[in-house]
Amino acid sequence: MSAFLAFAETRAGGLRKVAFEAVTAARQAADSTGGGEVHAVLLGAPGMAQEARALGRNGADVVYVVEHSGLERYNPEVYSTTVSERIRSGQYRAAFFTASAEGRDLAPRVAARLGVSIAADVTEFEIQNDAVIAQHPAYTGKVNVTLKLTGSPALISLRPGFVTPAEQPREARVETLEPAMDPAAARVKVTEVAQRSTTKLDLGEAPIIVSGGRGLRAAENFKLVEDLAAAIGNAAVGATRAVTDDGWRPATDQIGQTGRLVSPDLYIAVGISGAIQHLAGMRTAKTIVAINKDKDAPIFKIADYGIVGDLFEIVPRLTAEMKKVRSHG
Amino acid sequence: MKIAVCIKRVPDMEMRFSIAADRTSLDQTGMKYEMGDFDGYALEVGLQLAEKHGPGEVVVLSLGPDGVQEILRKGLAMGATRAVQLKVDQVPFDGLAVASALAEELRSGGYDLILFGRMATDTANGTVGPMTAELLGLPCVTGISQLDLADRTGTARRDLEGASETVEFALPAVLTIDEGIARPRLASLKGIMAAKKKPLETRPAQLGPANLTVQRMELPAERPPGRIIGEGADAVPELLRLLQTEAKVL
Repeated sequence: MSAFLAFAETRAGGLRKVAFEAVTAARQAADSTGGGEVHAVLLGAPGMAQEARALGRNGADVVYVVEHSGLERYNPEVYSTTVSERIRSGQYRAAFFTASAEGRDLAPRVAARLGVSIAADVTEFEIQNDAVIAQHPAYTGKVNVTLKLTGSPALISLRPGFVTPAEQPREARVETLEPAMDPAAARVKVTEVAQRSTTKLDLGEAPIIVSGGRGLRAAENFKLVEDLAAAIGNAAVGATRAVTDDGWRPATDQIGQTGRLVSPDLYIAVGISGAIQHLAGMRTAKTIVAINKDKDAPIFKIADYGIVGDLFEIVPRLTAEMKKVRSHG
Repeated sequence: MKIAVCIKRVPDMEMRFSIAADRTSLDQTGMKYEMGDFDGYALEVGLQLAEKHGPGEVVVLSLGPDGVQEILRKGLAMGATRAVQLKVDQVPFDGLAVASALAEELRSGGYDLILFGRMATDTANGTVGPMTAELLGLPCVTGISQLDLADRTGTARRDLEGASETVEFALPAVLTIDEGIARPRLASLKGIMAAKKKPLETRPAQLGPANLTVQRMELPAERPPGRIIGEGADAVPELLRLLQTEAKVL
């Protein structure tokens, strides 16, 4: 029976949802190969251990906690050395990370330190005897690649949101570990983390996205998009590259080939013509709504529901009606 | 200041792809290639840093078949000093195999900075940059959207989900560059002419073993054809009805 490791990502002293996703994936991997143990590793400032037991809910048998006053924020060198050492001594069949900003930074470093390959940004996986088979969307989502990863341990980073955290409750045993290097000796230091907004949903986590393009004509008209997102409630606001290039919205709002690749349940495109560069970032949304004045705009070729017309009339009406729908519940 | 910029040749993502008969690669018929989007930003950052902190050298490096010479020449036309092709018939999907070859080439180069794009738009792994850094034992910051250098230290900003980080690092370092930092310059006619005389060396790539291989490539299921449900604000109630009862997303 093989054991599996999950890296539990934190921010500001708390576990992130992706931590539960990684533990759930490790549990699924263990259960599909005979029910071996799942270990999680968690780093942070003193007090972090209090969060550790929560990982038992998704099936972690052991949680290794590394607490240090120098680990209040992510530290790539301490994290990569410490996690690599844990993987080395644990003889794991596979180790799971998430392909979040932090995970994409950490996981390849750990792989290189261990001299093993990594399957990155994986949406589905299967552990076989001598290999891991993994699904990975590539070519800006235009090609689905099935990858075969050989060697042990197999390192896998999971696309956030593709594993649903599942309850497999058990009493997780908490063990403490020392960091593999002194955080003060690190050559790379995160000196500040600025939370953009505590109330706004991140584009990668929002089930609904309302996105605006050049059709809005001016930066201040983005208020229409924001009002609609607010009326929906659980929605984030995105934008096209044309709009972020013009400085109407921050670059971090860009959805597309060079921005965020998103797959929400509902994507509402407002005043977006549908350039290929934009479609690359949102074509995997479950349902797409488009509002645009040009009936020949490419966005209508992929929109499940399109409305042709003046967005300055349609969007306020949609916001008003949405408020009614949402208040009834 | 001596800067290396690692660039990758990728298919033009605006093309319609089809899968080759072997089912593990793309049909090459009529395939057009270009420099990866993020690699273009990395090169622009490298050129700007060399201009600001010069005198210096910007070396563009690409691993791949002879076709990569086209993007290397483009890099030279944009202003890079010289180019190196690490020759290999086919670029492996495995980031570690590629990083091993790049580290081998870069190790003795005496570079102050080694720049990569945040990821290649084709394989979309984002692993080669940080892996190369680890193999070289160098500090590394990934996905940078702002950068300042002073003396032998740098300050970078990287965007996280819903937040951003300020990161300080020591040189020499490996950095991977995100969009939003600098728009790649267009090569001038003079630059294009000059590029023809700049050195472009070719040597065989010392690839590491590939333990991550492509078993199958498939095109995702096509979305159902789009449907226009109405015109103007009067179509809004019908839209809401469909979202609630048909799509069931509200």
